[in-house]
Parts: sequence; structure tokens; C-alpha cells
Amino acid sequence: MSALNPELLHLQVVGPERMLVDEQVSEVQIPARDGYIGVLPGHAPLLSALKPGGVLTYVAGGQTKKLAVYGGFVEVLATSARVLADGAEFGAEIKKDAAQARLAAAAKAAEQISQDTDQQAAQDELLRAQAAVEAAS
Amino acid sequence: MPSLIDFRRRIRSVKNTQQITKAMKMVSAAKLRRAQERVIAARPYAQTMREMLANLTAAAGSAENAESPWLSRREPKRIDLIMISSDTGLAGAFNSNLLKAAVKFYDDHKGAEIFLTLVGRKGRDFFRKRPSNILADYINILNRPTYAEAAGIAKEVIRRYRDGETDAVYVLNNEFKSVMTQKLSVLQVLPLEVEGSATPVAQDYIYEQEPLAMLEQLIPRYVEVAVFRAMLETVASYQAARMTAMDTASSNAKDVIEALTLHMNRVRQAAITKEIIEVVSGAAAAE
Repeated sequence: MSALNPELLHLQVVGPERMLVDEQVSEVQIPARDGYIGVLPGHAPLLSALKPGGVLTYVAGGQTKKLAVYGGFVEVLATSARVLADGAEFGAEIKKDAAQARLAAAAKAAEQISQDTDQQAAQDELLRAQAAVEAAS
Repeated sequence: MPSLIDFRRRIRSVKNTQQITKAMKMVSAAKLRRAQERVIAARPYAQTMREMLANLTAAAGSAENAESPWLSRREPKRIDLIMISSDTGLAGAFNSNLLKAAVKFYDDHKGAEIFLTLVGRKGRDFFRKRPSNILADYINILNRPTYAEAAGIAKEVIRRYRDGETDAVYVLNNEFKSVMTQKLSVLQVLPLEVEGSATPVAQDYIYEQEPLAMLEQLIPRYVEVAVFRAMLETVASYQAARMTAMDTASSNAKDVIEALTLHMNRVRQAAITKEIIEVVSGAAAAE
């Protein structure tokens, strides 16, 4: 197939329970830990951790698709990008109401500092909920 | 001599049993298919993770990082064993093979103290009756294992390893080979052994974060994945073992029914012959 097509990038997004994306894409935006990375074919090899919650956007066949990605790692090579996601959901599959509710709950949890809540976990959950809402919209 | 009616009753009872075992076989076959699909669906993640781990270990595995709790090698004095059995039986030697392997594991690591994390009722019941250190047990979660559950099980073991409370982590479970055969697998999860076959093509990566920092994030996930995979494999191989056991039971029932029917017909014939003789000899006497 077009595996050797220099215009395209082989994007794989794998979650623990299934593979979500296995496609030839022309462009992908990856929510890396230190900021979003735009990747085009021919990118230099790169390994990075991902944000605990972020939106991955890719363009395949002229269509733009969004995924909420909840942490993990990415490996970029010249012709491929592999995302090892701790969890991921297609934007189109996320229920908006549920995501909004999750965001509200997460925001509330993150505000209640001092108490027995794990602050880092609460912040991560907030990011994840934001990513879900963003990907769903 | 049992009478005809007794035979009829026994045959009916065996037929009922056969119907049950046949139904159980069908149920297992359906569940097996689903379980197999899940095993296959989870494969790319484990594969990708192994490759990234190999990469990162190569990058971070220099001497200066040997102090990291994840990379340092300690003499295995305390070992954590995660054993995954099934909750229910009726699967032939599935659990007894596993338990035998567990006992062997104890023999092989005589010098070490072994701490158990048990998933599945059969394993728990076995070790509860014996002197052993059980850290935790999880029952009734193997119906449809999720990644979150696997992560929950792995969490305490990961913490213990990081804090140096244990020196090695093993996972023991049945692995799905084919419908007819299961393979026992004893996997050393920690300390990390990166197999030679996964050695990547040397890539000059840009590391966005320190390789060691990434490795320290990745290794706990690796343990979770190992547990998750073991759970999925267990479910698939359990359903396969159960299917095979129920198939054998059904065909045994068929044999029993055949033998009983044959016997019953003999008895019936004997009764008829006896009656004829009585009639004939009665008639002869009356002449």
C-alpha cells in the first residue's frame, strides 16, 4: 500500500484494550507533556510522554478527526507515529453531557484542596475531563 | 436384578446431565470466542510497549542510572507472585495444573520469602488453607476483566517494588495456546528483562523528557499490562479448558447412555423369553 508514500504518515493509536487508529494520515497534532507537537511526514525521531489529558487531532483523507487521549507515550519516526495511550476515546464517541458532568465534578474535586484528595490525581482528572469535552465538541 | 423401570430412570437422568454439559459447552464456546478477541485486541499495546521499553532501557540503562529502584538489581530475597486462577471449576485440570506450578514455584525459590497476590477463587481457597503470605485476593472479577481492574491489582505490587519491599515480581497463569491445550506461564515482570529479540533498530531519538524519567513512568504501566494480559489469557484458556472438559463429559454421557440402553434391552429380552418359556411350558403341562 502507501506505506512508503513520503506524503503520508502511518499513525497508530493503541489503548490497553484495543487499537483505536491504524491509518495513513497527512498530519497529526500530539498532546505531548511539554506542549502540543505538530507532526508531518519526515519528522525527526522523537520519544515523549503525553499530557495526562489532551486532544490528538489528525487529518486523514482530508478529514479531521479528534481523539481524547488520557496520558501515555508517543514515538515518532520519519514515516510513522505510534501513540501508546493509557486511555483514549474518539471525540465522536464521547457523550457531551457525560463529559460536561465529568468536567464539573473534576473541577469541584480540584478546588477542594487541603482535604484527603490526592492533588496530582485531581489535576490529572481535570485535564482528562477537559480533553474529553474538547474532543467531543 | 434392576427392573426395566430402573433402567429407564437412569437413562433419563444421564440424558439430563448430558443436556446440561452440552449447554455448558456451547456457553463456553461463545465466551471463548469473545475472550480470544479481547486477547488479540490487547496485543498491539503490549507489543508497542515492549518496543518502547527496549528503546528507553537502551537509552537510560547506563551505569549512572543503576541506582534507580526500577533498574537496580537486588538479590531476590522477597518475591511477589501474582497468580491468576479461575473462580469456578468444571474445567478439567485447569486449576490443579496451575496450583501444581505454584507449589513448584515455592520449591524453586526456597531461599526467598514469597508474597502472594491472588486473583480467582480457586487459587485463594488453595492458599488460604496453607501457611502462606497473602497480600491480597480478588474474586469474581474475571468475568470481564478491564484494564482499570488490572491496574488496581498491580498498584500495590508496583508500590512495594518501588519502595524496595520486594525484590522481584512474577506473574503465574495459564496461557491460551489452542482450544485443546493450555500452557502454564511464569513470567518475571520485575526486575525488567528486555528480551534480545525486541532490540530496536538504533534510532537517534530526540527525547522530550529524560529517558530515565520516561522509563520510570513506563515501567509501572508495563506491570499493569502484564497483569491485564495474564487476566485475559486466563479467561480465554479457562473457557477453552471448560469447553473441552464439557465436551468430554458429553461424550462420556453418550457412552453411558449407550451401555445402559444395551443392558436395558437385554433385560427386556430376558423377561420376554422367560414369559414365552413359561407360556410354552405351561401349555405343554396342560396337554
